[in-house]
Amino acid sequence: MLKLTVNGASHEVDVADDTPLLWVLRDTLGMTGTKYGCGMALCGACTVHIDGAATRACVTPASAVAGKSITTIEGLSPDRSHPVQKAWIEFDVPQCGYCQSGQIMSAAALLAKTPAPTDGDIDTAMAGNLCRCGTYVRIRKAIHRAAELTAGKEG
Amino acid sequence: MSLDTEMESISPSHEPQMHVELSRRGFLKSAAATSGGLVIAMYLPGCGKPDNVARTAGPAKVVEANAWLRIGTDGAITVLCDRSEMGQGVYTALPTLIAEELGVEPASIQVEFAPPGAAYVNSLLGAQVTGGSTSVRDAWDKLRMAGAEARERLIAVAADEWSVPASRCSVEDGYVVFTSRRAAFGELVEAAAALPRPANVRPRGRDAWRFIGKPQKRLDTAAKVDGSAQFGIDVRLPDMLYASLAQAPELGATVENFDDARAKAMPGVRQVVQTSAGVAVIADSWWQAKQARDALTIKWKSGPNARLSNAAIYAGLKSAASGTGKEVRKEGDSESGLRGASKRVDAVYELPMLAHATLEPQNCTVEFKDGHCHVYAPTQVQQMAQAVAAQAAGLPLEKVLVHTTFLGGGFGRRLDVDFIPAAVECAKAAGKPVKLLWTREDDTTHDKYRPPARNTCAAALDAQGNLTTFKLQLVAPSITSRWAPAVVKDIVDPFAIEAAHNYPYAAANVRIDYVQHEIGIDVGYWRSVSHALNCFTVEGFMDEVAHAAGKDPYQFRHDLLARQPRWQAVLDAAAKKAQWGRIPEGRYQGIALMSGYDTYLAQVAEISMEGNRLKVHRIVCVIDCGQIVNPDIVHAQAEGSIIFGLTAALYDEINVAGGKVKEQNFNDYRLMRINEVPAVEVYFIESEEKPGGMGEPVVALVAPAVCNAIYAATRKRLRTLPIAKQGIAV
Repeated sequence: MLKLTVNGASHEVDVADDTPLLWVLRDTLGMTGTKYGCGMALCGACTVHIDGAATRACVTPASAVAGKSITTIEGLSPDRSHPVQKAWIEFDVPQCGYCQSGQIMSAAALLAKTPAPTDGDIDTAMAGNLCRCGTYVRIRKAIHRAAELTAGKEG
Repeated sequence: MSLDTEMESISPSHEPQMHVELSRRGFLKSAAATSGGLVIAMYLPGCGKPDNVARTAGPAKVVEANAWLRIGTDGAITVLCDRSEMGQGVYTALPTLIAEELGVEPASIQVEFAPPGAAYVNSLLGAQVTGGSTSVRDAWDKLRMAGAEARERLIAVAADEWSVPASRCSVEDGYVVFTSRRAAFGELVEAAAALPRPANVRPRGRDAWRFIGKPQKRLDTAAKVDGSAQFGIDVRLPDMLYASLAQAPELGATVENFDDARAKAMPGVRQVVQTSAGVAVIADSWWQAKQARDALTIKWKSGPNARLSNAAIYAGLKSAASGTGKEVRKEGDSESGLRGASKRVDAVYELPMLAHATLEPQNCTVEFKDGHCHVYAPTQVQQMAQAVAAQAAGLPLEKVLVHTTFLGGGFGRRLDVDFIPAAVECAKAAGKPVKLLWTREDDTTHDKYRPPARNTCAAALDAQGNLTTFKLQLVAPSITSRWAPAVVKDIVDPFAIEAAHNYPYAAANVRIDYVQHEIGIDVGYWRSVSHALNCFTVEGFMDEVAHAAGKDPYQFRHDLLARQPRWQAVLDAAAKKAQWGRIPEGRYQGIALMSGYDTYLAQVAEISMEGNRLKVHRIVCVIDCGQIVNPDIVHAQAEGSIIFGLTAALYDEINVAGGKVKEQNFNDYRLMRINEVPAVEVYFIESEEKPGGMGEPVVALVAPAVCNAIYAATRKRLRTLPIAKQGIAV
């Protein structure tokens, strides 16, 4: 039995130690917001926060994160009120939407560390998140907007 | 759509239970008029027409006003979206058309995906298909009329009750209104549904639009920022098991025998099933299924593709080029035009195969319950999904219920239903719901690839440098020959000749032929389909001809479009917006033009070269897509399509060796990343023309625009893709 703390709640899960966190979240705990895209940390669709750091759940063994604080898209805010989510809504960023949980989690982790990111910061933090629909133009705009919202510039 | 002549009933090879009816005359007419529109009427016994019946759902009754619209006695409005949402925005745009007529905010509407049904057949394609950039074009009149008819019924009931003329009543946010009187839709709807069909219904005029053409928020954004949107991969059913499927690495190979002893001994494994598509492991979790699948020892029996390679495929296309094709266009006499040339230009263009690479891998969840087979799938073809599931389940069509989820990308991949039968077979064998999910590697190596092509061009210039002759021979496999073979039995596949058959530049002699050459592996509809193949060819070659004539590539095109005002207008606007010829030292431009899906577009790419390294700085795109339902969504489609097109132009190709696809995952099949994206500028031309498609066309212009810019910079003409494989660093 592994003990995982996901979005503040404690779960005991009966999975093999090397099971990637992604499949524990999706299949064992039923949190399907975190997506599978590649299984090799190439696309970022599975991005979650481990103790606040953006992490690819598809290559992270569940046993490695026992006792740590895991945050998924479901736990980013209770009501889509995280500044990144608000900015994403403002610019209607998603198209198919499949990669967006991962994009949002990467963006949220970036802003937590770098409240006013430059385009270069965004490139560095977001280059691991693929979007096949090509929503990158809006992702960039929305991250800058989320930074403004975080800084309290509502206008 | 005319179905009155030369009907024939056929069975596509993969769908024996599906009957396809085809009108030859209607098909040709449509193909000519709508840039490759296909009319296949798929005829599915057992799909009854929805009636105007009242159903009970909780305390409020829900009344089906028509196939797309339900209004509850509590006033709740639900629109059934009969096209699949794969990012292109139908979940918002289609309900908006009905909302406009009902006078209610689109955001107040609940949206559900429609089941398979005759009412939902796409009139431009003849079946319930989300593809061909047809959704809004098809819905434009249909859904506005459906909304208008419902409005007139509601008004008629209220007007009758109030004894006032219906013509003086209006609708407003869920009420019928006359002076100070108001009656809620919910109070009127049962009586409204019982009325005879109103006559002389007309959709609202442009002046009255509150939502169409105005910025409207997407209705699916909220669910896509909190993880709650349900894609196929997210379906969870009580007691559900998970499956991973080993398919033959060599395309077309079959299972000879397999040893599952190790797999069966692994934790969580319930069953190993030989399916029609390979060997599946069913387990308590997908990870367990996947691990056990990797522990299978399968002996595959080689098939006809055992020695297939890219070299063999392109050699085959080349030798097919000496054969006789089917005539697509013939004006004047191209042979004598070429003989009489002062200057002749010849070139061969080749296009690589490509994978769709939807970020959500193919998957399907199936449950047998209460005598029915429930199929949960991210599909672009509900009726085909139903048909192949019925066949796999051994059930009649009406016992198969297809539930469409959100699609994690479509791009034409999910016009195929190859991922469905094995899921049905697994659920049947397990006696429990099963979710079958492909890995990324499964997805890349078992796609229905964009067809390769080899296109041969020739042009003649007279002594003054005027174009007299344009000749083009297209050689490529035909997707439709596999997908709906009878449709293209005697005619040219309209999805092979797009952006060639409507070649716009003035020339006395024009000759275009298509040679169908099959390559042994399945090819599929890939976003913008043959537009991407043929626009690269035609627009690259026109650039060559312009240079041979000693003329500016933009001006050369402009001068040949005097009788093509919509083409010329987008070309001129793009040149203007991109500051054609007035860019900083060291920057170079390339231009491309196309019409497809009733949309007209031009693009200008701006690049620089640092030694051998290409940098794409900016892509400017000008679009005339007629009337626009949702400006922000079509803008987003253009932005994304530019990135989609640039990804293909720069990075990707599919390589086959020994019948196996070499590319596996995003390390060797690259998708563009945020740090690689150029500046993107998109402009729309105001238009009152009927809507044009916007899901696909922008993709096709990127490669020729960029390659033409590379020529401007380097005098190196790229006649094949991807750019990264042509000695240029990207």
